[in-house]
Amino acid sequence: MSLLLAYSYRNILTRKLTSLLTILGIALVVFVFCAVLMLSNGLNKTLVDTGYDDNVIVIRRASQTEVQSIIYRDVANIIKADPAIQAQEDGSPMFTNEILVLITQPKRDSGEPGNVPVRGVTKVSMKLRPDMKIVRGRMWREGTSEIIAGAKVAKTFQGCGLGETVRFGMRDWTVVGIFESHGSGFESELWSDIRQLMDAIKRPVFSSLTMRLASPRDFDAMKTRLENDPRLAVDVNREKEYYAEQSKFTTIFINVLGIVISVVLSLGAIVGAMITMYASVANRTVEIGTLRALGFSRFSILKAFLVESVLIALIGGVLGILGANFLRFLEVSTTNWDTFAELAFSFETSSQIVVYATVFAVVMGIVGGFLPAVRASRLRIITALRAK
Amino acid sequence: MRIAKLIRKNATRHPLRTALTVLGLAIAVMAFAIIRTTVHAWYSDVEASSPNRLVTRNAVSMVFPLPLSYKEKIAKVDGVTGVSYGQWFGGIYVDPKNFFVQLAVDQTTFFDLYPEYIVPPDQLEAFLAERNAAVVGRKLADRFGWSVGDAVRLTGTIYPGDWDFIIRGIYTGAKENTQEVAWFFRFDYIDERMRIEAPPRAGQLGWYIVRIADPSQAAAISRNIDNLFENSLAETLTETEESFNLGFVAMGSSIIFGLNIISILVIGIIFLVLTNTMAMTARERVSEYAIMKTLGFRPFQISSLVFGESLFIAALGGAFGLAIALPVRKLVAVVIEYYIPVFKIEPVTFVLGALASILVGLLAAVFPTVKAIRTPIVDGLRIID
Repeated sequence: MSLLLAYSYRNILTRKLTSLLTILGIALVVFVFCAVLMLSNGLNKTLVDTGYDDNVIVIRRASQTEVQSIIYRDVANIIKADPAIQAQEDGSPMFTNEILVLITQPKRDSGEPGNVPVRGVTKVSMKLRPDMKIVRGRMWREGTSEIIAGAKVAKTFQGCGLGETVRFGMRDWTVVGIFESHGSGFESELWSDIRQLMDAIKRPVFSSLTMRLASPRDFDAMKTRLENDPRLAVDVNREKEYYAEQSKFTTIFINVLGIVISVVLSLGAIVGAMITMYASVANRTVEIGTLRALGFSRFSILKAFLVESVLIALIGGVLGILGANFLRFLEVSTTNWDTFAELAFSFETSSQIVVYATVFAVVMGIVGGFLPAVRASRLRIITALRAK
Repeated sequence: MRIAKLIRKNATRHPLRTALTVLGLAIAVMAFAIIRTTVHAWYSDVEASSPNRLVTRNAVSMVFPLPLSYKEKIAKVDGVTGVSYGQWFGGIYVDPKNFFVQLAVDQTTFFDLYPEYIVPPDQLEAFLAERNAAVVGRKLADRFGWSVGDAVRLTGTIYPGDWDFIIRGIYTGAKENTQEVAWFFRFDYIDERMRIEAPPRAGQLGWYIVRIADPSQAAAISRNIDNLFENSLAETLTETEESFNLGFVAMGSSIIFGLNIISILVIGIIFLVLTNTMAMTARERVSEYAIMKTLGFRPFQISSLVFGESLFIAALGGAFGLAIALPVRKLVAVVIEYYIPVFKIEPVTFVLGALASILVGLLAAVFPTVKAIRTPIVDGLRIID
């Protein structure tokens, strides 16, 4: 076996140009395949990272997203008194009511409009998201039209950088601070004082309620209690699950589109591999005859050629995966169709994607190499040796 | 002519290899055409826009409503010949996966401003007579097997609760690019319920549609409308229907960008496949070319042999690929017809596909030609295959 492996390997080296072209073809297809999976994984991961395990988010029943949700003050007050909520040091509940609206702003690079989420928050909002840190500038002062911007929105949108102003609700809001939160979805948002925001847009109702549980085990009991309360009509979810759900439609869309394209492209690469392998068989007819005369079985020959084809595909696969890995340094900003809000995220790889891509490459190698390998194994010793 | 014969003989010397190369090229060219068509389909709403219509929305974003009271004011602006309005409903039919567009519209003016949605007169009358009536697109009705008279319940996401409708009409598109996948119902149905359940939300709608007589006045009329509401709580932004729809297209600009990149990579794959084939032939024929040179063939004759063969295979692959793109398009169109109304291959896509094939054919011949011409006769003859 090791002899045949060396034989396959040396053949790839001998036909440098042809092998290289075939490898590049497979690398391109694997690159596209990886890029698509990394894109939807990045989108999903950004949103999954946005939520915290112990936090619970409440929105109006069936509203699906915060932007569509409306929570009245009386409902908020009932939920705020729930016994499962952790108490702060001063005894008040670890609970916040927030408002989330979208404003349309032009992007810095293209001038094209995008929807920026603006979140009206309370002081407890920050405590509920301990990862959130102001990295430049400062927090807003209460009672002013000041606003802080997530690092990503500051970079992507006009008017959202430090010291710049955004206009909405008949006011100019000055960006006084830039915050980061471990690359989560909050970095694509503007945060302001909820009282200022509600006053400016004349909206007297909340979008969502977020709270921390005293014990994560209380979640199921709390969910049942609140969702069955006829006064409330709300959906109760763990914050992490809520945000993970916010990318469902978009990730499925990207995955389906990308995988269909990759499979079609792989047909092109498979054909390329077949051409190479057929030529490789034709050029080595005498060698194959010799090997057979020396006692190698038909099956060994089949294996040798399949191994060669899979080896070519694997090299291509590794190149494609490595190339796609460079995409991690790219930042993408696109509309998340689930929420209609602009979300910035990066291509994100995972061990699962690497495994899928490798399997994909190997399958291309097997499919492309099978027929030529069968032809090689079927050659009759006499005719093969007699070939020119 | 003798060259042409040689090219044909050369190309068919390895029938299997040539056939595989043509197949590889064909698949890639087909993929190129379909990807470009997908990008184009993204813009179908933009292309279906009328130059005679403007859209007025809240200047902050689509999430913020406009008051119903603006209608009379907009109607009085010079050059405006009709005003209608709409609101996004976003309801769920049984399961969120069954997504389709639902718009609450002004029943008296909406179909007048959108003559491309054709509703039979008796059905339109029924729509006007009943508050919970709905008019749905033909393809949407096909998708769920609905017919006129069916009762359908939607669960509101923006407007809470269950909403019962009766389908009173099915509209068809006047033009090929008119969508037939939307659900229209009466705005006063939701408004009436909001008055009782959530009074602050009553009389609030999503956007106005403004018909103008003279498209060249669009910019001036837009400005006049927006000036009316300047410094009010709900400032407006008026733009042509086309740029309004382009705003939605822009939301997917990253995906469009990605698809365009992939369509270029596809050309790269064609190039690799064809270059591979041509490089193989070049290696195999080194001694032949040496003999031909000895016989007196000039370098340009030899290069025209190689270029001719490369172009011949590329053209065959390109033509075959564009030919199979037609049935594939039909297949894709059937799969996605409920979501994307128009999936047509643009003439320019055929031209680009053909140009790409020719370009690849030329590029793939460069290396083998250089090799064929550069190899000294003696070296060529010395090679024993």
